[in-house]
Amino acid sequence: MVISVASGKGGTGKTTIAVNLALSLKNVQFLDCDVEEPNAHIFLKPQITGEQRAVILVPEVDEEKCAYCGKCQEVCVYHAIAVLPGNNGKRGSVLIFPHLCHGCGACSLFCPQGAIKEADKDIGVIEIGGKDDMQFIHGRLNIGEAMSPPLIRQVKKYINPTKTVIVDAPPGTSCPVITAVKGSDFCILVTEPTPFGLNDLTLAVEVLRKLQIPFGVIINRSDIGDGKVEDYCGKEGISVLMRIPFSKEIARAYSCGETLVYRFPDLIKEFRNMFERITTYADRKSQE
Amino acid sequence: MKICVTSEGKTLDSKVDPRFGRCRNFIFFDTDTGNFEAQENANAQFQGGAGIQSGQLVVSRGVEAVLTGNVGPNAHQVLSAAGISIFAGISGTVKEAIEAYKKGEYKATDTPSVGSKFGMPGKSS
Repeated sequence: MVISVASGKGGTGKTTIAVNLALSLKNVQFLDCDVEEPNAHIFLKPQITGEQRAVILVPEVDEEKCAYCGKCQEVCVYHAIAVLPGNNGKRGSVLIFPHLCHGCGACSLFCPQGAIKEADKDIGVIEIGGKDDMQFIHGRLNIGEAMSPPLIRQVKKYINPTKTVIVDAPPGTSCPVITAVKGSDFCILVTEPTPFGLNDLTLAVEVLRKLQIPFGVIINRSDIGDGKVEDYCGKEGISVLMRIPFSKEIARAYSCGETLVYRFPDLIKEFRNMFERITTYADRKSQE
Repeated sequence: MKICVTSEGKTLDSKVDPRFGRCRNFIFFDTDTGNFEAQENANAQFQGGAGIQSGQLVVSRGVEAVLTGNVGPNAHQVLSAAGISIFAGISGTVKEAIEAYKKGEYKATDTPSVGSKFGMPGKSS
């Protein structure tokens, strides 16, 4: 069972929910896929026991073999290669823009001269560890690196389907989020009852419907703001899985790196109940 | 000699487009004959790599100089690799820009004038 936690809007409490749900369950594998700024480890405090380089393949051109035909540039949908043909006896040149490269390999596959080979480029690291019976894995994208999906995919390769897998997704609704939530059996969308929360929730719902991933909503700070998120969920037939009221004590615990279930152990039962409901729902959906 | 001016419209009275990679039109002007040709910039719609594609388009037209408002790092790299002189920081009409260029009033820039994604919708005015 893979459950991802996403939000649309940032700062709604994704990591809080993911971490506390994980701590309430047994036999969990936790993947922090918010690789641009992973922070679940601050709360889970796992012991990191292994590290793996994360690389993508970027093209390297052997200009001795290159005929400056421009095929590589033509097949690169990310515009990461520019071929400048030579003229007046001047040699041509091939410019590579590694920060635009997605590592798809089309350039080397299609090069008629066999002039392109691919070389590893480090984009970040994957750290593996654990805490009690929980396995913990996260990716850290190198500073200045623009593309997180390849690293997210590499983190997700560690998914162990025999465990309860919790994926902490990045915020937003673009490629990194889609990469993180893809393949989940269920997605929890964390939102807040504000116009921003509702706007970004609406976008996230569209994404999940397109991906055909069953989902439900958790409303964080549910007793402040307005009632429009509730109205929206009611109208759209989206189930509200949990409501967490605003509390200074929660904020204080969070800022000390403490977890909710440690400070408020009664919540464990609530998280477990929610997990039961999610499992039942996802099972039913998968049989449809 | 052929030069390229980024332009909002398709005539010499149009305003110089402040973006290179995502400019609306390229005006290719022949300083020997005074003839010109306007070409719409299909690369303006690209999510990424617009500067690179526009740079290549301009290179393929065999121009020797580019007059524009701003040029980003990728386009700058392509244009300079092809040995094209880049004149940034230009405003006013295309005609004015060409006249000033002919009089030698501009100085070529050897660094990008703006960062990546400068010309994305919502980023420039």
